[in-house]
Amino acid sequence: MSPSMEQPDRFRGLQVTDLSVSAGRVTLVAGASFRLQPGELAALLGPNGAGKTSLLRGVIGLAPRVSGRASIDGEDIAAMTPRRRARQLSYLPQNRPLAWPSPVRDVVALGRFSHGAALGRLRGADRHAVERAIAACDLDALAGRPTSTLSGGELARVHCARAFAAEAPLLIADEPVAELDPYHQFRVMDLIRDFVDRGGGALVVLHDVALARRYADRLLWMKAGSIVADGPPSETLDAARLEQIYGVRGRVDGERVDILGPL
Amino acid sequence: MRGGFAALTAACAVALFAACLLGSTPMEAERVLAALLGFGDASDRLVVLQIRLPRALAAFAVGAALGASGAALQGLLRNPLAEPGVLGISAVASLGATGALYWGFAAVSAWIMPAAAIAGAFAGTALIALAALRTASAVTLILIGVGLASFAGAAMNLMMNLAPNPFSLADMINWMLGSVENRSFPDLAFAAPFLIAGFGVLFASRRGLSALTLGEEAASGVGLNLRRQRIAVVLGTGLATGAAVSLAGVIGFVGIVAPHIVRPMVDHDPARSLLPSALLAGLILVLADIGVRLVPTVSELKLGVVAALVGAPAFIWIAMQRRTVHD
Repeated sequence: MSPSMEQPDRFRGLQVTDLSVSAGRVTLVAGASFRLQPGELAALLGPNGAGKTSLLRGVIGLAPRVSGRASIDGEDIAAMTPRRRARQLSYLPQNRPLAWPSPVRDVVALGRFSHGAALGRLRGADRHAVERAIAACDLDALAGRPTSTLSGGELARVHCARAFAAEAPLLIADEPVAELDPYHQFRVMDLIRDFVDRGGGALVVLHDVALARRYADRLLWMKAGSIVADGPPSETLDAARLEQIYGVRGRVDGERVDILGPL
Repeated sequence: MRGGFAALTAACAVALFAACLLGSTPMEAERVLAALLGFGDASDRLVVLQIRLPRALAAFAVGAALGASGAALQGLLRNPLAEPGVLGISAVASLGATGALYWGFAAVSAWIMPAAAIAGAFAGTALIALAALRTASAVTLILIGVGLASFAGAAMNLMMNLAPNPFSLADMINWMLGSVENRSFPDLAFAAPFLIAGFGVLFASRRGLSALTLGEEAASGVGLNLRRQRIAVVLGTGLATGAAVSLAGVIGFVGIVAPHIVRPMVDHDPARSLLPSALLAGLILVLADIGVRLVPTVSELKLGVVAALVGAPAFIWIAMQRRTVHD
């Protein structure tokens, strides 16, 4: 990746302990526990409805927790003000509707909201962070374009730049590469990998097992609201796992992952 | 935009001055200027300071309140069709004012009228904001607004139906049609604190409207306190719209048209559209009110009627420009 972004703030880790999330009487996540270290990219994998998004929202405190705790550097996330939380973690939700055809630079600048930045009047650190994020995501040529004129791949990069501009040490992204072609999937995952290699931590929901295998340091496997396995790809990814999680026949051979068909 | 802003402010000043010049008895600029500065003869001063200036200022204040409320509601609901009139907020505020007239509370104190209109505006805005928590669909919200407006209209019709005497009937009709005719400085003074407070709340919370461009979930993610933002917009629009209705009754659509024109000039940022929308909406109503006074009709046209005649087609046009994928 071109010009380097600033080192994320000191970050000692995300700790999730026995977290449960429910909607009404339905349990969406049951007793999830895991830890995420700085410099680690964890992929959250599981079938539709496994509770991946609910787990992310529960961690952040956007979905009401029934029990459990999620903390960054020992501080409970649910107890943080939205502004303080935004300084600690960037969140890319699954749905990323943009209400207005704002210029790319303005959308990226909204990543600085928690720092007090106002659109059209960026100064000092805010301006630098926005320019760095725009450069890192290769958006210089598009910075003045209305977002309504961008392709899906370009928009995905805009949202990544928005998340990186916050310069928060932890990135939580819900399907950041959904609906992207293979080339743009690699582009976005490269950006996230680069962020992690500079000391950040990332928790990313993915549906592409091969992509997760290629980029993630750790795989968190979810099924029916529970984390059923947690570990590096070499230890947790094999044909039996694909069968258990997705109900598909697959072949795993070193770097290669082939999904052969439904069971 | 800086230049545009200065031009807009200058245009507002010119329009307000023109509103003092024009009328059934045209007056030269020197005489108006002399009257405004407190010189000139007594009848000129009466016409300019007691009749034309307060009327023009009322039109401007009402427009500014509705323009700012429209821009803020559009930012909160992320929809260019949101506006106090369309969402039924003005109608419920007007119901409050009409109720105060019907039961004779308005005669008790001059504060009752704005208070009743503001209470109505709060009720309407809170209901819309509550509904917005349950649905992301702007169409649903606008339908709720249609329902609110119909209900308020029916309740007002009922009061007119049962009106005790022709005087209160005329008063009520005035409020339903919308007009700044015969507004005085005391009327302005009673609405002013609410207008200023409402505008202050909206202006102070405008940065959160930018964040809402990302949608509620991501806006919360970048550090916006959603609950506080909703309360601020409900409070601000309730105060401003209520005060506007207490001054002029229901005047629709200006809160849609002004932000719609302003938005492309401020990069579609709801925060930056707030102040220019207020100025432009004020300017539009001052000009429309001059038009209403100059058109030779048997009885004077009501400002609210003219605003709807021009604004409703604009609303339909803006709605037809939208593609359904947004909802």
